[in-house]
Amino acid sequence: MTELIIPAIVSCVIAFFAVYLITPPLITFLQKRNMTVIDMHKKEPVMIARPGGISIIIGIIASEIALYAFLQMNEILAILITTFLAFLIGYVDDRKRMGGWWKPIALAIAALPIIFLGAYDSDLAFPLFGEVQIPILYLAIIIFMIVITGNTINSIDVLNGVASGFMVIASFSLSIALFILQNYEIAIISLPLGFVSLAFYKYHKFPCKIFPGDSGALTLGAMYGAIAIVGQVEIIAAIALLPAVINSFLFLSSVKRIVEHHELKSKPVEHTEDFKLKASKDKKARISLVRLIVASEALSEKQVGYVIFKLTLFSGFLAIITALMMGFRI
Amino acid sequence: MKNQEIFGFLFGLWVLIILGGAIAVIVLGPISISGYGDFDYILTSGLQSGVAIILVIVWIIILQKMSNLIFRKKFNF
Repeated sequence: MTELIIPAIVSCVIAFFAVYLITPPLITFLQKRNMTVIDMHKKEPVMIARPGGISIIIGIIASEIALYAFLQMNEILAILITTFLAFLIGYVDDRKRMGGWWKPIALAIAALPIIFLGAYDSDLAFPLFGEVQIPILYLAIIIFMIVITGNTINSIDVLNGVASGFMVIASFSLSIALFILQNYEIAIISLPLGFVSLAFYKYHKFPCKIFPGDSGALTLGAMYGAIAIVGQVEIIAAIALLPAVINSFLFLSSVKRIVEHHELKSKPVEHTEDFKLKASKDKKARISLVRLIVASEALSEKQVGYVIFKLTLFSGFLAIITALMMGFRI
Repeated sequence: MKNQEIFGFLFGLWVLIILGGAIAVIVLGPISISGYGDFDYILTSGLQSGVAIILVIVWIIILQKMSNLIFRKKFNF
């Protein structure tokens, strides 16, 4: 354990400062090249730089390569390659709007390096009741995990700071769970994800200066999913991600098909005169987590973000409880 | 407490996951087919996949009922 302290510190410092220092010049670069999109939730039209996924992936690659220099684990390579492929998939979507099926299918392919590098264990562990051996079925779980985590983080990237702030809480919860389960090496491999998200949150929080874009959201989501697989904490990871899972579930159960949200005409939320968010009265509009939050009263964008963070803290707490329950058997 | 329905739904989901894990271990764990030689492994995995898909569908239906029950009042639908 003690020999892992230096690699952990080095990788976390690199992860945080790479994103913290690279993002401001990236914002200037993107603005100069007119790579901006309008922020829909502001009273005055504001153009925001996108995609911030570029600084996120640089932070992840630099920190994980530093870790690989210390640990030389196949698991790091698997996480790194899958995450980089997810970034490329998101970047293509940022540059050219792809159809609703593009991301699920492409992310399924991005999961393959985990299988080819053998960076998984086909036993699925549950709290209290033990493990179940599902050798072939587990391959499908690997693919679904990357597709689901990538898309759920992408689907929650709707307000300033939400995707990055959400990932800070979820990934640190997952890291704590890995430490509780004494899976120290993977816990340390997971830490850069939290620090990259934290550094990016500085520029993504309200009022936002840069959007992560699909490239940023898919990068964060796919890395989270890959860590869950190689760390054998699939169930715990799913629990820490529950608010985003609810958002995706509500979206799919109200729309009943896989589409990009920009393809839908009815919006789940509207603006009040003072530009707070309120739930749409349109019964055909999709249901989303934000719509649920503002169903009782109109809230500002910042307030909605804080409610989502409280929900994520709650699910992170449940994930840590679940990790503690892993040690007990009925 | 504001948004208590959403916190309640989160907690309900967590309970469903724990219970789902119990069912997966009890139902999927013991599945084993023998007597078909080299095909034993494939048949076992195929049966496990079929049962897992049924369990996931049942889980989603329960989730759908639960979300309707909790959120219907909120939207007055």
